[in-house]
Amino acid sequence: MSAELIDDYIASVAALLGLPIEDAWKPAVRANLEVSLRMARLVEEFPLPDETEPAGVFIA
Amino acid sequence: MTAASATLSASEIAKAVTSGKLTALEVTETALARIERYDGILNSFTDVTAERARTRAREIDSAIAAGRNVGPLAGVPFAVKNLFDVKGLTTRAGSRINRDLPKATRDATLIERLEAAGAVLVGALNMGEYAYDFTGENVHDGPSRNPHDPSRMTGGSSGGSGSAVGGALVPIALGSDTNGSIRVPSSFCGIFGLKPTYGRLSRARSFPFVASLDHLGPFARSVRDLALAYDAMQGPDADDAACTTRAVEPAAPRLAQNIGSLRIALAGGWFQKNLFPEAAEAVAHVAKALGVTKVVDVPEAERARAAAFVITTTEGASLHLDRLRKRPNDFEPAIRDRLISGAMIPAPLVDRAQKFRRWYRAQLLEIFRSVDLLIAPATPCVAPKLGQVNFVLDGIEMPVRPNIGVHTQPISFIGLPVVAVPVPLEPMPIGVQLIAPPWREDIALRVAYTLERMGAVSAPPPRGL
Repeated sequence: MSAELIDDYIASVAALLGLPIEDAWKPAVRANLEVSLRMARLVEEFPLPDETEPAGVFIA
Repeated sequence: MTAASATLSASEIAKAVTSGKLTALEVTETALARIERYDGILNSFTDVTAERARTRAREIDSAIAAGRNVGPLAGVPFAVKNLFDVKGLTTRAGSRINRDLPKATRDATLIERLEAAGAVLVGALNMGEYAYDFTGENVHDGPSRNPHDPSRMTGGSSGGSGSAVGGALVPIALGSDTNGSIRVPSSFCGIFGLKPTYGRLSRARSFPFVASLDHLGPFARSVRDLALAYDAMQGPDADDAACTTRAVEPAAPRLAQNIGSLRIALAGGWFQKNLFPEAAEAVAHVAKALGVTKVVDVPEAERARAAAFVITTTEGASLHLDRLRKRPNDFEPAIRDRLISGAMIPAPLVDRAQKFRRWYRAQLLEIFRSVDLLIAPATPCVAPKLGQVNFVLDGIEMPVRPNIGVHTQPISFIGLPVVAVPVPLEPMPIGVQLIAPPWREDIALRVAYTLERMGAVSAPPPRGL
């Protein structure tokens, strides 16, 4: 994913959520988002049955 | 109380106070004096509740004089991470922003329970901002400092808790653990820490971080003290929606039970990677002491860590969304930037992380059908230097801050109980996780107690004071 695409995405979501992001913060926000999306993709690529329920509160 | 009694354990203090050899007020004054003397170095306390503590200590002494039983923690000083509500203080949660909130009108449940057992609150402790931290550094209050080398991190986010107990300012402290924030400071500061099963201890009147991952628990310098504090805090609490309705299951009376029949194994795979030599040495040391050679692979632990990372950043962002809108410049910048990015994760990816959690939990429960306890590193390294940004791990340079918790996150992700035990390596100690099945804190505590009695693990005296 290009840096430009991520920057556009950040700007759009920030506008939707009403989050102010100063120019000086943008590189760090982008770097953090790239790490989080990499982590999320690692989870997403793991196949799960359609019936899998989320695990909320842990009850053994 | 003499200076020598500053080194007494909680159980020794309680025994001495109950029998009249010491008064609770003497013990309290000694703790306050030690805080006064050493906290300039450690920066572990943000609030010292001296007058409250003296008042409480006098009440205990009066009750004992009247022949009443004041509880198993009679006169024991303790302190709490500053995300616990303390009546009359503002719950800052390591932040600047929360200092504008009204003062708490009632103590957190766990404080009430420790005081009901005779303990004496002496203050609130430094922490990483909003608990989104593994270092113990804080731009508003300054870093808490490691009691074995004040130029090093305490670990976080319960940094002040690790520092105060590691520095022997108090025998017991409370902290919180969302991804490792009890186990990491325990490891770096060379003390015992208990992260109980998710839902075991009430979180009522503590400032949250990630609702589905937040745990509270105790730190101590001995396993018996850890168990005494844990037992005193157990029990249902309608004020915490996640708190179990299970009956209290005291662990302290069972500490000395033989562990010979327990099936213990080393956690393999992910837990044997990303280790500095000291961490591998500590795990091998504990395994050798217990005679353990069996290795059990924990499948997909790396993915579990990733899922915990995603859930943390998104739930954290949700919690702080309005503060990010209105007061972004009052956050610690690194934490603000992480929280903003957390608000941008597409919802389906978070849902996948929660669903993966159930799959992973089932794998661990299957492992625990044939194993009673897993051994794993608590941190990949001993305490880094304050301000250290990167370290080289397995030949790859990577940032310190997010990678300190690589071995703790896959465990708290599914709420398993863990005792972090300190291996007193020189010059810096390091911890090992003893991981038990859900609701079996007693197993982890029994194994920790056995290791302590063998001399294999111990909280070293503060080497930096």
